[in-house]
Amino acid sequence: MKMNGARIMLECLKKEGVDTVFGYPGGTVINLYDELFNFKEIHHIMPRHEQAGTHAADGYARATGKVGVAIATSGPGATNTITGIATAYMDSIPMVIITGQVPTALIGNDAFQEVDIIGITRPCTKHSFLIRNVKDIALTMKKAFYIARSGRPGPVLVDFPKDIQMAHGEFHYPETVDIRGYKPNLSGHPRQVDKAVAMILDSRRPVMYVGGGAVLGDAAEPLTLLARKLSLPVTTTLMGLGSFPESDELSLGMLGMHGAYCANMAMSNSDLIIAIGARFDDRVTGKLSTFAPHAKIIHIDVDPTSIKKNVRVDLPIVGDVKDVLVKMINQADNSNDKLAGFTAALSPWHADITAWKEKHPLDYKQSSTVIKPQFVIQKLRELSNEDAIISTDVGQHQMWTAQFFKFNKPRTLLTSGGLGTMGYGLPAAMGAQAAFPNRQVITICGDGGIQMNIQEMATLVQNRLPVKIVILNNNFLGMVRQWQELFFDKRYSSTCNELPIDYIKLADAYGAKGFLASKPGEVESVIKQGFKENGPVIMEFKIAREEKVLPMVPAGASLNEMVLNA
Amino acid sequence: MQHTISVIVENDFGVLSRVATLFSGRGFNIESLSVAPTNEDGLSRMTIVTRGDEQILEQINKQLNKLIDVLKVLDFSDGSAVERELALIKVSAEDTARAEVLRIVDIFRAKIIDVTPKSYTIEATGNPLKIDAILELLRPLGLKEVVRTGSVAIGRGAKGWNG
Repeated sequence: MKMNGARIMLECLKKEGVDTVFGYPGGTVINLYDELFNFKEIHHIMPRHEQAGTHAADGYARATGKVGVAIATSGPGATNTITGIATAYMDSIPMVIITGQVPTALIGNDAFQEVDIIGITRPCTKHSFLIRNVKDIALTMKKAFYIARSGRPGPVLVDFPKDIQMAHGEFHYPETVDIRGYKPNLSGHPRQVDKAVAMILDSRRPVMYVGGGAVLGDAAEPLTLLARKLSLPVTTTLMGLGSFPESDELSLGMLGMHGAYCANMAMSNSDLIIAIGARFDDRVTGKLSTFAPHAKIIHIDVDPTSIKKNVRVDLPIVGDVKDVLVKMINQADNSNDKLAGFTAALSPWHADITAWKEKHPLDYKQSSTVIKPQFVIQKLRELSNEDAIISTDVGQHQMWTAQFFKFNKPRTLLTSGGLGTMGYGLPAAMGAQAAFPNRQVITICGDGGIQMNIQEMATLVQNRLPVKIVILNNNFLGMVRQWQELFFDKRYSSTCNELPIDYIKLADAYGAKGFLASKPGEVESVIKQGFKENGPVIMEFKIAREEKVLPMVPAGASLNEMVLNA
Repeated sequence: MQHTISVIVENDFGVLSRVATLFSGRGFNIESLSVAPTNEDGLSRMTIVTRGDEQILEQINKQLNKLIDVLKVLDFSDGSAVERELALIKVSAEDTARAEVLRIVDIFRAKIIDVTPKSYTIEATGNPLKIDAILELLRPLGLKEVVRTGSVAIGRGAKGWNG
């Protein structure tokens, strides 16, 4: 059956199982939107800014594990998606971004709303395509989705000129796809796996260091099984939170710049680090030359470029983390006779870890007069549903959430780890809520970042997405202020925002509800009231203004040189 | 240390730009780059001469392999390849210098491809060190213009890159 290119594109999305897209109409996607008008299988949500639409697709992808889809028009629509694309790229989130483009005959002529979006996004996409013929749409989309979700996932941009949307062609969706230059290596080498298990059984101070790859690779289950079987302590990165239950005794919580004391001490004193879907980012390692000085390193990752990029590695295993972990469990089963002896030999190590946990637990001084942000996070955990999805913005509130919320399930924390994108929290929550209309979705923001995509309140109200927005308001750009306090002699350059914004009225203006807590005694009732509402809600908490995120490894210091109270 | 890498790529729109963006974005160095289609349908081959320690070279290899349009990266750092470069050299040649240029051309088995009363244009091929050497000898006579292709390399032995 012949149809136009725009319709072919929608049929492709349907074939890929896409049920929701986030897009903003415009001149070069008007044909696509014309087809969408009667295309009932795809639910379209229109954000109020293309950046937010892209973050929403990202939040949808992180919460579901499926490929998120965003649409934007050419020119400014396309450039507005860039921060969203870069955010997804840094955290390896599977997305397909479809941008309108001027008709092929005009490309390169500086036409109205023309921009070389493929060129602009080349460094922050996994791959990109310009569709030049209506016959190529189906194969291109098949490839785009395959590349986005396989191997180390990432965003793929498809530039879709207007004349191709209007041209007519047959629709045949390919069953399979073969890209000769792209063959991700998913299966971990069995001999490397055997060596890894042998190295673990030889170790006396092992630590599992788990990153976002374990969440993206749906490896939480085998990870938990292996850790418990071998009694291995587990620390996760910000992106890895949720892959291993923090309620487990083996959990050390998050490591790195604002990680737990016990986690950083365990890494610094370990004799074997088992890195799983993590990339030894500078926020995790601290000063590289003194990082984990006594440890051998096993590094499991689906992306070979992550291995040996920042640190030396004694045993690399390239493969899907889930596949490798399952193989490791099987190999450990083969060594069952040695397991009892091994776990017994770990008891001094577990004793060290317990001592570190007790010496400096994650803590804060409670106050009876001002609201401590950590207290709000703890109350949110206590009063929210077990399967609630939490998104954050970037800054102090993000670190307090990472430290105090205690994540037990994968895909329940959506946060911009690699790029550190302020303005991410609200639209990402919007995407997750669109995917799971019946789950509790909470975004925890600061008073800085919430302003960056506050316009999405309109999208929430319009689409009846009951996201609960928590604003921890200290009238500061708190994380930068904290650095200024500690390292710049309290010169609060441009970080002090003493503007009396009335968030209750703001919520009201958008047709949502707002609640305010100014004293510790009001925290619980505001959260309860907010959670009770059926629609979107802003819950504002006026928090202790100069509260700091601690502990902290200053930039350039070693992981064990933590500032514990300043 | 200098390394020569051959990259087999899809002969697609934007490939050169993807490779160039990768090198500039990650701070890798390109000393020379040559690219042209191969005998195989739809494929091009790039030869890149780069500089860096072992760890950087490993990253370059892995990062190139990660590009969707790259089919194969051949690392010739171990000297397992024959390497050649072509240079076109315009040199001043008047009076006694004319004979001197011809002698140098003869020694390097180069060719004169254009002549004027005041100059010779020379075509020289060889490994890049040989090109450096002839340029060194011609320099005192007055180099007017030099064009180098950059290295191209091919593995030694009977086998092709894909067996």
